[in-house]
Amino acid sequence: MLVADTRPTASIEAVESGLAAQGYIASRQIATAVYLSQQIEKPILVEGPAGVGKTELAKAIAAWRGMKMIRLQCYEGLDEAKALYEWKYAKQLLYTQILKDKLGEVLGGAQSLAAALDQLHTFGDVFFSKEFVEPRPLLQALEQPAGCVLLIDEIDKSDAEFESLLLEILSDFQVTIPELGTVSAVAPPTVILTSNSERDLGDALKRRCLHLHIGFPEQKLEERIVESRVPGISQTLRKQMVGFIHEIRSLDLKKLPSVSEAIDWARVLVLLQASELDTEIVKDTLNVLLKYEADIEAATPQISSFIAKASRQGVFS
Amino acid sequence: MRENLHRFFRAARGAGVRVSPAESIDAMRAVAQVGFADRDILRDTFLLTLAKTQDEKRALGECFDLFFSQPEPQQDSAEQNKTDDDNSESGANPPADEHGDAAGDAANENLGPLAQMLLSQDRSAISTAIANASGAASLPDIRYFTQRGIFQTRILDAMGIQRLRDDIDEQTTRNPALAERLQEALNGLRGTVRDAVSQALLLYGREEAENLRNEILRNAPLARIEPRQVEQMRALIRQIARRLRERYSKPRKRQRRGHLDVRRTLRRNAAWGGVPFLTAWKRKHRDRPKIIALCDVSGSVARVSDFFLLLIHSLHEVVDDVRSFAFSGHLIEVSDILESNSPEEAMKEIMSKVGFGSSDYGNSFADFEDNWMSAITPQTTVIVLGDARSNNLDPRADILRRIGERSKRLVWLNPEGRMVWGFGDSEMPRYATFCTVVRQCATAQQLERAVSDIVATYQ
Repeated sequence: MLVADTRPTASIEAVESGLAAQGYIASRQIATAVYLSQQIEKPILVEGPAGVGKTELAKAIAAWRGMKMIRLQCYEGLDEAKALYEWKYAKQLLYTQILKDKLGEVLGGAQSLAAALDQLHTFGDVFFSKEFVEPRPLLQALEQPAGCVLLIDEIDKSDAEFESLLLEILSDFQVTIPELGTVSAVAPPTVILTSNSERDLGDALKRRCLHLHIGFPEQKLEERIVESRVPGISQTLRKQMVGFIHEIRSLDLKKLPSVSEAIDWARVLVLLQASELDTEIVKDTLNVLLKYEADIEAATPQISSFIAKASRQGVFS
Repeated sequence: MRENLHRFFRAARGAGVRVSPAESIDAMRAVAQVGFADRDILRDTFLLTLAKTQDEKRALGECFDLFFSQPEPQQDSAEQNKTDDDNSESGANPPADEHGDAAGDAANENLGPLAQMLLSQDRSAISTAIANASGAASLPDIRYFTQRGIFQTRILDAMGIQRLRDDIDEQTTRNPALAERLQEALNGLRGTVRDAVSQALLLYGREEAENLRNEILRNAPLARIEPRQVEQMRALIRQIARRLRERYSKPRKRQRRGHLDVRRTLRRNAAWGGVPFLTAWKRKHRDRPKIIALCDVSGSVARVSDFFLLLIHSLHEVVDDVRSFAFSGHLIEVSDILESNSPEEAMKEIMSKVGFGSSDYGNSFADFEDNWMSAITPQTTVIVLGDARSNNLDPRADILRRIGERSKRLVWLNPEGRMVWGFGDSEMPRYATFCTVVRQCATAQQLERAVSDIVATYQ
């Protein structure tokens, strides 16, 4: 059983160290955003390229605060029924069938049609009660008694209408189900939305969130991230590989390697027991870093000079 | 400090960051949590709460640096006097020693504080004085570039330029060299104040000035745009087109599930005696947008048709199925030209092919009926852009009637005012009977509304 800590965090430094304890090295911007989102109870909208740790941030917050994480993966065509709640139609219909005989009993005493209707009205809302509601991620998040981290992943993949659906949850932490009324959050969840900017999000949505942009980290920060994720890696190799990746990012590629690729690469290098970078090993493992054949071809001629640059930097820092 | 925050929000708006009241409240709540002590954290806080895109973050960051690099105006007037005194004491003497002028200390003591400060050449004192005077003249209220002169005068007045002028007049006879130095310093001061005002205009005025210009342009008659404004107008139309695109160009392939289809559900489950194991759902039906645009590019509307074509060009990006036609004496299809070229090239090519002739609506409609009538389906919206002036030739309203009958909607956008419809060779009233919608479309704003309505009917 997780013990949730719903108290707001005391300071930005506390956020930084709390996340670091979960292996998430946050820049000051990120820590400030998390701190503020708890202080003024606002969701965070995280934008940035793929693989820089947007989703990881939500996971790290959940792990650090000992809260459950509820994840809603967005996609085109996602609607109310899949995100919020749905009536269990089949169950409703099935119950009506099974209870057919019961219906006869209940209405048996009625003399006229009007009287039967009156009788029915007294049972009116039975089939639109909580028992027949299937809660989906958003409603589940509101119903968590101990609070939770609600991750709404890749919101840019959903349709514009879906955004409007979220607005009530994001600003007031509640949803309105027409037949049942308004369901308010037991404990306001920490909401993280992520977006790869595939489509521009509406102003209304943006206005309700703190807007955080996570880009590629600076060299020092990335070294710390690799250090915390791949503890077995030697310091020289770490400096060299991060330097090398930063050189690669200056190229005009289809998909630039991001933090997640850097971590994968570090793991691969450790597995191959490399002590430092050389042209051979980079050539052999470049496919971990770059995901398109064209990108690999573009980077290959530069490998030696990049390694040289990266090692030079390592000497001075 | 609250006052300072509000000034910063205003500056942020000036830098193009949209700061709504709700956002400024959020920012204030956030600032209350983090405090002012750490400037980096304060900067991060503003970036998080106010800016909503990368561009805005960059603009706001620059604005923040600019804003907090300025010396703050001091509110306390006693304080101000004190610093002025300090400056005159500490600053006035060294240059006198240095230069060893004939005027000497005795002459300088007769001068006003501003003259003394200028002679002392203490730059920080001068910039503090300018900042104080800017505060007194409420420089942050500057909005338009036309106000620059007023604010310069106000600031110089607040700094005591009158006394300086008197000093100069007085010294011209007694000590021409000193008078000359003062005059030079005054010119320098004017320059510095002008720069300060320009910077304030940059900080506080940009948005208003731009909005005002755009507002004027949006409501200006397209036909009477002056050549120097054409480029601005194009930019505005492109901006409108971009907005339309953002609003309406969404993937249209999604298929959304509607309500429970009770009839089909019962039928599907007939095999189990009506016990519903399988559910069936209604599908929502959505028309694919189809637009056919007929654009008059004859001499009488040449100016306006430029903008019409630009907007049709952007329509091609919003809607998948658009076919465009241009005509004056006869009609040709221009879809390919618009799709494969930049707007400017496309317009040049279209104009060279059919542009600037005298318009013949009847003949052009006949061309359309002969070659492309079958392109119209019951889902098509037909837009005609033109002034309906057919040079007293046969208007062939019968063809327009058939177009209207075949299509879902027939929209006529006319750049002329309603007052003149039907006068002279205008056939508008005759055509209007067969149109679903007739709108006047003389300004960019009307154009935007019209096109937005058309696209919206398909969403």
